[in-house]
Amino acid sequence: MMEFVAQVGDTVTNCLAYVGALASLVTRASYYAFVGPFQGKHPRWQGAVSQAMDVGVRALPILSLITFFIGLILALQSAYELRKLGALTYVASAVAVSMSRELGPLITAILVIGRSGSALAAEIGTMRVTEEIDALETMAIEPVDFLVTPKFLAMILMMPCLTMWANSMGILGGSLFGVAQADFTWVRYIRSSLDALYLRDISTGLIKSVMFGITITAVGCHEGFSTGGGAEEIGRSTTQAVVISIFMVIAVDLVFTALFFFVGDR
Amino acid sequence: MPESTKESAQAGPVISVRDLRVQYGELEILHGINFDVELAQTLVILGGSGSGKSTLLRTLVGLEKPSAGQIWMKGQNLASISRAEMDEIRKKIGMSFQGGALFGSMTVGENVALPLREHTNLEDSTIEIIVRLKLDQVGLAGFEYYMPSELSGGMKKRAAVARALAMDPEILFFDEPSAGLDPIIAAGIDHLILQLKKAFHMTVIVVTHELASAFLIADRMVLIDKGQIVAFGTTEEMRSSTHPRVRQFLDRVPEPEVSQELDYLQMLTENTRKAGRMAGWRRGA
Ligand SMILES: Nc1ncnc2c1ncn2[C@@H]1O[C@H](COP(=O)(O)OP(=O)(O)O)[C@@H](O)[C@H]1O
Ligand SMILES: [Mg+2]
Repeated sequence: MMEFVAQVGDTVTNCLAYVGALASLVTRASYYAFVGPFQGKHPRWQGAVSQAMDVGVRALPILSLITFFIGLILALQSAYELRKLGALTYVASAVAVSMSRELGPLITAILVIGRSGSALAAEIGTMRVTEEIDALETMAIEPVDFLVTPKFLAMILMMPCLTMWANSMGILGGSLFGVAQADFTWVRYIRSSLDALYLRDISTGLIKSVMFGITITAVGCHEGFSTGGGAEEIGRSTTQAVVISIFMVIAVDLVFTALFFFVGDR
Repeated sequence: MPESTKESAQAGPVISVRDLRVQYGELEILHGINFDVELAQTLVILGGSGSGKSTLLRTLVGLEKPSAGQIWMKGQNLASISRAEMDEIRKKIGMSFQGGALFGSMTVGENVALPLREHTNLEDSTIEIIVRLKLDQVGLAGFEYYMPSELSGGMKKRAAVARALAMDPEILFFDEPSAGLDPIIAAGIDHLILQLKKAFHMTVIVVTHELASAFLIADRMVLIDKGQIVAFGTTEEMRSSTHPRVRQFLDRVPEPEVSQELDYLQMLTENTRKAGRMAGWRRGA
């Protein structure tokens, strides 16, 4: 029993230490992103643009397809219940609200973890193993500034954009069902989707997406930096980054959803 | 003396290492290292594989934290200076890593240009010229648009040297610059090191286990084994040493075969370790 308690205590301490390490990484990256340029340090926007292409633009085709399907699935699922109530016209608002508040940000985050979170860990992990990070340090270039800050900027810039795109594609997917099965016209479906959405639905989703972006960058980079030993460690870091990122994103989602519920809907 | 904190006058040694101990976790790798390096001199750190040479070099440039002892660089104690002061020192040193450590996502030219872009406000065209000069200096003229993955091992090493030279450093650190290179290229690197010392008064610290090259470039030599210094002196002191093992060691120097040199190094370190520290191998005037 005591052993169990001790073990739980250890686990909690480790988790807190991990979150602390992430927080410190995020603090440093934001310092170099937003304060550094005013203190004569090189701004990292240039690097951020090419990262943004990678994180954002190249993710668009697959993200569009996935969220279109998700929108269609959502429409089918909610229609199943709504039909019983004879309220099939609410399909549009059901899809629009659940995409914007929850599924748009979440699906985007999961996709970005798979595409970019793992790549972050692999890239930085490789640089750790080949002593490139050490080389940066001996050149008086701060690795967090040089490596993390552009990725961080790209991520907080692209996540809301991708999420907006995901929301739109989800609504479009839903409209396919609406037009085919629920006597909507395209225009009427889109209009009733927009009517159902409050600004708050969209903004809370976007705030969450920024938080997800920060989380994904922090976990990916942290796992990369803590890669030890040889090349086989890089694979471990990459897997670890994906698993931990998914968990952390869901945890952050829960925290912010609860926050918006209690603060926003008084 | 390390106490002489009057910088730039450079009365004292450029680097002083005192009772340096370094450990990875619980395991101590370096057990109390002492030596000085004077301005514009070349120190060669010799030793068998796994004796702690790379660890010593990494500690000197601040990548590993000593568990005890001090490192004085240009009159400053590395343990007691701020991050910003350390960065100022690092802008004046160049380090070439054992494996090159070139940035795989950048071209060779971008690799060399990186410290200049980060730390100077030079025009792109000026940086381009400097990059070309540095690459020329290591015999890699015309390779600025190659990716590191397109270079052979020897070319990678030379590109890494070019990058280390980019900021015109006062102190240069080389980890095995010629290991695994063909003899002509290795001789080229030796020549480059001699040139840097003569023309630019650079202080150079080289880790190597190539004896011929070591005697060619060294002003002082340190022989390190299992984390301890077993011998320290000028090349002349090495040559005039009457220690039987050292004599044997030195007479073998012209032998070009690397495997034999390594065997001798191994034998030498084994025996000197058994005999205790060599007497009479103190730093001369
Ligand atoms: N990062 C590390 N963690 C733990 N042990 C290490 C690490 N790096 C080197 N070592 C150990 O330290 C010893 C000295 O290594 P190193 O300084 O690389 O030797 P050398 O460069 O002389 O071949 C070796 O036994 C090596 O296994
Ligand atoms: Mg080594």
